[in-house]
Amino acid sequence: MTLAIIDTSTANIASVRFALERLGADPVIAATPDEARDADRLILPGVGAAGPAMARLEASGWADALRSETRPLLGLCLGMQLLFEGSDESDVDCLGLIPGRITRLDPGADGPWPHMGWNRLETVRDEPLMAGVDEGAHVYFVHGYHAAAGPHASVITNYGGPVTAIVRRGHAAGCQFHPERSGAVGARILQNFLEART
Amino acid sequence: MLARRIIPCLDVKDGRVVKGVRFRDHEDVGDITGLAARYAAEGADELVFYDIAASPQARTVEPRWVSEVARRIDIPFCVAGGIRSVDDARARLFAGADKISVNSPALENPALIDALAREFGSQCVVVGVDSRVIDGQWRVHRNTGDPDKTVTEARATLDWIAEAADRGAGEIVLNCMDQDGVREGYDLDQLAAARAVCPVPLIASGGAGAKEHFATVFKTAQVDGALAASVFHKGVIAIPELKVWLLSQGVEVRP
Repeated sequence: MTLAIIDTSTANIASVRFALERLGADPVIAATPDEARDADRLILPGVGAAGPAMARLEASGWADALRSETRPLLGLCLGMQLLFEGSDESDVDCLGLIPGRITRLDPGADGPWPHMGWNRLETVRDEPLMAGVDEGAHVYFVHGYHAAAGPHASVITNYGGPVTAIVRRGHAAGCQFHPERSGAVGARILQNFLEART
Repeated sequence: MLARRIIPCLDVKDGRVVKGVRFRDHEDVGDITGLAARYAAEGADELVFYDIAASPQARTVEPRWVSEVARRIDIPFCVAGGIRSVDDARARLFAGADKISVNSPALENPALIDALAREFGSQCVVVGVDSRVIDGQWRVHRNTGDPDKTVTEARATLDWIAEAADRGAGEIVLNCMDQDGVREGYDLDQLAAARAVCPVPLIASGGAGAKEHFATVFKTAQVDGALAASVFHKGVIAIPELKVWLLSQGVEVRP
């Protein structure tokens, strides 16, 4: 099993790498698609704003490569949002692997903006990443924009309404929360991705 | 529903965790990564590391221990202390910190908050505010790590909180200095007043001494998290028991 972390040059790459190393994986950090040619699965991390991250993916060749990718792909936080068609944050076109658009989250009376802290997972359809994870388990979210729960949301959380927590379409999946910072629950979700059949 | 966060705070000085009373007389309570791993295993929701000697001595925290902490623990953590520039912040975030917190340098240069939020996003920018009553008004203080260098700012605490959020801070930690280390409860009046002007997550700091103090600050001041140091370091309160008790009191926490 080989794994590549796509280098989005955003700040959570070290945390993601450390979390995977705690699970016994030895990921390569791939600045270009060529550097990931031997990997059998890919992780797309990211924090910060969508615009600069997409610009870097376009410049490195990763954007085009990911649009025709067939290996299992897991986007984390901003990386999940980049899987969608576009984002209102910096009004940018994203990878288009999953239908839908990222919009600003409105928490309503549920709390302050951004959505920051531990919230509960609710499974709405079968999701392999949830194997061994209890319904209602808490994971760590930090985001101000979101994918409203749509047809490809397999797991949601609630904050001002249903918010996509895990999205999946074919080989591409994503977590809005940070599994690398979600304790034992997050570790199990990453382990499930590492063990998924390719 | 979003869980209320329990956040042990580790004051770091010369590479060790220390704790003072009303910001004075620091005693050694353990090594950084050992305590961090223990709290993560016990169910802490987040950790904050304050390099309390950083600002007065005009130096910055060492990314090396940040990286060691990031390697060991699997919950979010924030690093504070002497971060004066976007480059200082970048070094800590890329070493594995999830958030950086600015305090004295933001008071000296408020535009630092805007610059950090623009570069890394508000979600990783925390502004720490040290506050106590001066002449009947809550006022901001800086360089509180060294009592001889502590300065009372002209700014009123509530004005500064609103300004910091407006400039792009994604979270405010309000440390009520008169309560620090004395374990008589959080400053509910000040925290409730801060809540009313703070549109982003607000973390209470200073005064935790008993499990009841946590329930009260969540219920009356509606803070998003409660930070404490000495009660956890000295084993006065154990986090697993605290969380079980808070759940029994109807406070949503991560079990």
